[in-house]
Order: sequence, then C-alpha cells, then structure tokens
Amino acid sequence: MAGIVGYGAYIPRYRIKVEEIAKVWGADAPSFKKGLMLREKSVPGPDQDVITISVEAARNAMKRAGVSGAKVGAIYVGSESHPYAVKPTGTAVAEVIGAVNDCHCADLSFACKAGSEGMFLAYGLVKSGEVEYAMGIGSDTSQGAPGDALEYSAAAGGAAFLMGLKNVVAEVECQYSFMSDTPDFWRREYMHYPRHGGRFTGDMAYFKHVRGGVEGILKKAKGKPRDFKYAVFHQPNGKFPMKMAKDLGFSDEQMKTGLLVPTLGNTYSGASPLGLSAILDEAKPGDRILMCSFGSGAGSDAFIFTCTRELPKVQGKAKKTRDYLDTNPFYLDYGTYVKFRRKIRKNVED
Amino acid sequence: MITPAIVRRNTPHRYRMEAQKCAACGKVFFPPRLVCTCGSRKFKAYALPSEGKVITHTVIRTAPRGFGDEAPYCMGIVELKDGSRVLCQIADCEPHRLKVGLQVTIEFRKIQEAGESGVIAYGYKAVPER
Ligand SMILES: [Zn+2]
Repeated sequence: MAGIVGYGAYIPRYRIKVEEIAKVWGADAPSFKKGLMLREKSVPGPDQDVITISVEAARNAMKRAGVSGAKVGAIYVGSESHPYAVKPTGTAVAEVIGAVNDCHCADLSFACKAGSEGMFLAYGLVKSGEVEYAMGIGSDTSQGAPGDALEYSAAAGGAAFLMGLKNVVAEVECQYSFMSDTPDFWRREYMHYPRHGGRFTGDMAYFKHVRGGVEGILKKAKGKPRDFKYAVFHQPNGKFPMKMAKDLGFSDEQMKTGLLVPTLGNTYSGASPLGLSAILDEAKPGDRILMCSFGSGAGSDAFIFTCTRELPKVQGKAKKTRDYLDTNPFYLDYGTYVKFRRKIRKNVED
Repeated sequence: MITPAIVRRNTPHRYRMEAQKCAACGKVFFPPRLVCTCGSRKFKAYALPSEGKVITHTVIRTAPRGFGDEAPYCMGIVELKDGSRVLCQIADCEPHRLKVGLQVTIEFRKIQEAGESGVIAYGYKAVPER
C-alpha cells in the first residue's frame, strides 16, 4: 500500500513573542494571546527562505527513508513565499538530495494548502506506479503587514514527506479534497503583503472547508472521530483548530500532539504538514491519524494515515519536530525582527 | 558579483558538498580541482559528512560589500567527521559563543544575492547544535 516512507521537518531557530509585537503597535498582548492561543512565532534567519527550509526538511525525510536521491522521481514544493516569482524552488531541493536529472519537478501554490497538494500528487504518482518515490513539501516564510493581525502569527517552517510503496511508515488509507471559489485571503501580483476578508475568513472559509474535508473523508472511509489516535488540522492560530475539533467531535487529547501553533505561529503551507510530522515522531504502529489542511481561496485536503511497524525504526534517524521547536530558541526584539524580514527601507548599495 | 554561470558551476559542491576523491591515491579535495597532487586527473564524486567541530574561527566586523547587514558574523574552519576541513560561515551563532571545539552541523543557507532582482546564491554554512 502506498504511503509515507520518510518524513522530515525544519523550523528556524529565531522567535518573537506576541508582547514584543504588541508593544510597538499599542495592542493588548494578553487579549491577543488568549484570543488566538498564540504566545510566540518562528522567524527565519536573514539567510533562510523557502528554498533553504524545504532543503533541510527534505534532507531529514531522506535520512529517515534511507533511499538514494536518484530514486526520487518527482518533487513538489507548495508555498506562498517561494523566493523567486519565476524559477522553481523544487529544482534546488532536487540538486541537494541528488534527485537530478531524472525527476519531475513543480512548485505549487494554493495559500496554506499548497503543502498537502504536493503530498496528494506524490501519493497519487507512487500509487499509480508512475514513479518509485515522490516527495511533497509544504514550506513558508510568510509575512503579515506591519500592525496587521497576521503579523502576530505569520511564521516560518516546513515539512517534507517522501511517498513510496516499500518500507512504508504510515500508509495512506484514504484521501479526500473539498473546495469552492471563496475570496477570503489573497495577495495580488507585486504586492508585499496579503489581504484578508476579516471575519469572513472564519465561518465561510476555514470552518466550512475544514468541516467539508473532515466530514467528507469520514464518510468516504466510513469512520468516526473516535477511530483516530491523533488529528491535525490547519492551524492559523490556536483557536480555530480547537474550535473546529470540538464542533466535529475530536478531543483535546487527539489534537494536542499536532498542535504546534501556540509557540510556532502559522507556518502556512507548512502548518498541518509540520503538525503531522510531530505526530509521526510520537505515534506507534497501528495508530491512525486524520489530517486536514486548509488553503484560502478556498479548499482542504484530508488524509487518513495508519502507522506501520516500520515507523519506530525511522523516528530517531533525524531531528524531531519538537526538538526544532522547543530547544534553545533565540528571541528577537522588534527592531531586529523587521531587519531580518527586510521591512526596513534602505538605500540600495551601488 | 554573483552570476547565473557562477551559481550553476558551483552547484555540486555548494549545494550538496560534493567533494572529489582521487581515483589513484584517495586524496579528497573540496572544492574540486582538475589535477591531484599525485598527478592523477581521475576523480570520483564524494559527499562530505554534515557533522563536525570548529577548529579555528574569527569574527568579521568590517564586512565586504553585500554582507554589511550581516556583520558582525562568524567564520571558521570546520573539521568534519571524516577529517575533511572546510572554511565557511558559522550562522545562528553570537560571536561570544564561538569557540574551538564547538559542535556544528552543516545547513543549507542563502549566501548572497545579486541585488534585489538578480540570482540568489545558496550554499553551506555551519550552525551550532541547538
Ligand atoms: Zn591522487
């Protein structure tokens, strides 16, 4: 059965706390922290972007899979912050892991669900026998406009999943996607920062489409929420996925392992993939996992995974997601943060 | 100035730390060269390990053009697990934490950009273990 043969995560080491942003804009930090269930977020270093994050996540996935890069026949990187507007991210990943030249490569975008799209394509290709191994990566270094609510959450990180048929660590039992044309969040060409539809982004976008994805896959798999050890949903903040879980009948216990957002922030295309990677770090053979991404615009991709006896053999072969998240972060002040994120207008060196 | 040709030419060694091993005497070269010290011109690709320790270091406070925003930053020679030595930047490292013997891993990072609209050069940097 087709599924994940290797997975890997990467989260930059820098963080900024909600208080540090709130004090600059005169906002009330305690109400933000309580309202959004968000304490701090990751920030990419000045030498990090979606290419470098995707590469590190891919390397970790390859370490766990233990297969030669030459066997990887397809690489898809989903992001809304690809470093180049024109020129792919995936080609750099392919060079680093040694997948060149026999490889199909494409970059994907669909707001925050671009990562799960790559997983969907990679899974479909190996299941059909078209390629032996295929990789899907979700990675972002998104920015919120200064002072906007998104600035408190827009974070950096990514996760990679190598799909294959042999030595599968988590089988894909079922897949389902749900979408509609909904303008809840967008960024027009040449604009630095995205815009969003305010309260419209909740009920009409996130909750409708995650519900659609989860209910759809449960119907397709003839399953119930209690059938799963773990569940992970897209997490733009802590409040949305926890409210969604409650409404759909999932417990805090099922959600807690994959809920990284309180100290990570919203990693957009990386969000539910990183949550899944944190679950795979802990899961045991036989455990079932329900994952549902969400991307504005809008849609969701849902997967049901069943962990196999191969999983414990690979968990320790690369750095775990929680180790990246919890170990010795560097906290930035707002000034250094805006310098790192190039929000300061400078004279161009000649 | 970084150009597309330089980026492409450096891809094997900058992206995946591909060194060369002499087919005649086994000596490893990084970055690659055309002739071995033994006179042989036959090499095999050899991937360097990604873990090592700092054996000597310095802090760059007056940076060359294009690197001014990064100063002060750390540079060092890293001895990798197989004994190979590479010169590289040591990122995510405050200068006061730099010391001989510091355990590092090699990560893929952005090195340089050809202005706001030019190509981006990527490569390896050492980062301290978290
Ligand atoms: Zn020789």
